[in-house]
Amino acid sequence: MITRRIPPEFLVDVDHAKCRKCRRCVQACGWGVYEFSDRVVPDSSKCVCCQYCMSVCPEGAITVRPNPIAFRPNGNWSPTDRRNVWKQAETGGVLLTGMGNDRQLEVIWDHLLLDACQVTNPSIDPLREPMELRTYLGRKPDSVEFSEDGSLKTRITPNIAIETPIIFAPMSFGSISLNAQKSIAMAAKMVGTLWSTGEGGLHKDLYPYADRAVVQCASGRFGVHGEYLNAGAAVEIKIGQGAKPGIGGHLPGEKVPLEISETRMVPLGTDCISPAPHHDIYSIEDLRQLIYALKEATEYTRPVSVKIAAVHNVAAIVSGVVRAGADIVYIDGFRGGTGAAPTVIRDHLGIPVEVALAAVDDRLREEGIRNQASIIAAGSIRNSADVAKALALGADAVAIGTAALLALGCAVCGKCYTGNCSWGITSQRPELVRRIDPEVGSVRVANLVNAWSHELKEILGALGVNAVESLRGSRERLRAIDLHEATMDVLGVKPAGR
Amino acid sequence: MVTLDAAGLHYMELNRLLRDAVRSGATEVELVNVRGQRYIGDGVSAKVQVHVRGVPGNDLGAFMDGPALVVHGNAQDACGNTMNDGRIVIHGHAGDVLGYGMRGGRLHVLGDVGYRVGIHMKAFRRQTPVLVVGGTARDFFGEYMAGGVLVLLGLERNGHDLVGDYFGTGMHGGTIYVRGEVEKHKLGREVGAQPLTDADMAELKACVEAFCQDMGISSEEVLSQPFTKYVPVSTRPYGKLYAY
Repeated sequence: MITRRIPPEFLVDVDHAKCRKCRRCVQACGWGVYEFSDRVVPDSSKCVCCQYCMSVCPEGAITVRPNPIAFRPNGNWSPTDRRNVWKQAETGGVLLTGMGNDRQLEVIWDHLLLDACQVTNPSIDPLREPMELRTYLGRKPDSVEFSEDGSLKTRITPNIAIETPIIFAPMSFGSISLNAQKSIAMAAKMVGTLWSTGEGGLHKDLYPYADRAVVQCASGRFGVHGEYLNAGAAVEIKIGQGAKPGIGGHLPGEKVPLEISETRMVPLGTDCISPAPHHDIYSIEDLRQLIYALKEATEYTRPVSVKIAAVHNVAAIVSGVVRAGADIVYIDGFRGGTGAAPTVIRDHLGIPVEVALAAVDDRLREEGIRNQASIIAAGSIRNSADVAKALALGADAVAIGTAALLALGCAVCGKCYTGNCSWGITSQRPELVRRIDPEVGSVRVANLVNAWSHELKEILGALGVNAVESLRGSRERLRAIDLHEATMDVLGVKPAGR
Repeated sequence: MVTLDAAGLHYMELNRLLRDAVRSGATEVELVNVRGQRYIGDGVSAKVQVHVRGVPGNDLGAFMDGPALVVHGNAQDACGNTMNDGRIVIHGHAGDVLGYGMRGGRLHVLGDVGYRVGIHMKAFRRQTPVLVVGGTARDFFGEYMAGGVLVLLGLERNGHDLVGDYFGTGMHGGTIYVRGEVEKHKLGREVGAQPLTDADMAELKACVEAFCQDMGISSEEVLSQPFTKYVPVSTRPYGKLYAY
């Protein structure tokens, strides 16, 4: 029986009339697409369309295009479905993927529109008038008391000031390269926001950026020790991730070279297995136990965040998380990215962050505990409008992961799990990793956050408010188009025109 | 010796007093009337000996880095959670999830322990965590174990089985020594039994002697019975799970 050859997803064309045979493409491709005999010969079957080669080719001689003819049209069996079945018939394996859910499902952000001022209330010009984006993350007191001399009597639990309501999502050293992580860490310091270690520990080179870091404590407890916990601005218990709610992580041993093994504090070449649950957390009470274990370990000097994936009962869960003592709750929607996850999990588990966020904000307000924790919304924030809409739905801030990687060159090819990233973002191969210069990368990432922050100020100005605080939870400033009534009800948003 | 009376104190207050004592240079602290206060020794990084009289609460010695905690009685769940270094000696029984993610130091329990003990223990460079159980253990002993040494002695059985089911499930590093043998049907898929080499015997002897010294029992008698060594059958138990 012959084995089916799976048709290439992309076709690579080299225009030999333009090509000067400099062979940069041969060097550039982390996937080994190009070979050189007497001229450049591409093997399209290896191409993932990351377009690194196109960026380095000095002659513009390379074109990558989708393979147009390979699949007989079928409205039900998509080319992806068929490809996956063939692959699994061949290997018997669980399909892996990277980045966020790429299925063409409705994006709720795209059905929400923001308000603006006209005539009856004045808009504000943010270029010439003060506009406040500074945000404080952490528990706020129920009330404040002052002494006679005007000084504050109420003890305020630790809060972190961020200069814009955009932080960086947790991406571990291991899932991304050290240079990628360093670029993001440096950018966080430049723009006055937070980055996150993810669950891979804190590399020694990044300790200078630790004061702007959220240090994670996940189920694998990799690289978690006293110094690490006390190095960061906040500690985060990672319960779940939008791309893979309810399942653990697994960094295969061949991706645990020296630097990663040292940072995760495991022997060279061992698998890094993060159990699906924290085995000391089977209940809200147990979660409280770990939250306070971390508060004790940091002597109550830092807020403790809990990151969960947006799932069906998210509102009730977050209510429990807040009551357990979390100062920050990070909600990751089903479109959130990943370095590696089983495709079936990424594509079918969890709910959109838009509805999760609205449901959580409602629930915490109803219970009178909304002030007890800040809410971070994440899971595919693609532009500053998404940021503004998230704030209006009730988020204190948003977190961006994929967008920050895009700033470093990522093309969302979704092959992070292979370790071949030509851009050096999700690879640990030294020749690829050194393609990122953190000095340059950090500026690109910081540029992105600065640009979105400017745009956010423009949006606030158009809304006639001069502080991000005035937009927070203000659903009245949103309207929906083409959304089901039930979805609008959950979002607490009226249809456009009403 | 500094003595702190834990009676009626919330754990926050008790642990603050303990940390203050350590900061002001105490090398030996006795906590009396401990009634379930959690997090004793949590995150403490100092060479100090702490005697616990009474029953400490969960997460005893969590994130701890150096102290020696001696519990003169029983302890509860999650002792030695993510501990980096130090020593916990429990002269009684202890609960579930002991030594979770423990990276270094020693945890000695004289009596029985609960479920998922030694879960995800790791080793790093010269740090090798050692957890010795004098009595019996329940299910998932050494689950996900990635490094270090677990020793199960079963000295007093009190009618319990030596160990529960799913022994060493997901184990991919480290060593478990058992005084006697674990029935085959109780073994996780990822572990296999092996006879002890001379080097193993030396490692085991050191672990048992340290344990026996803490507990005041004869190591010769403990070591007089045969042991079995359990190690992962592969360092990559899930290597063939995925389609790339």
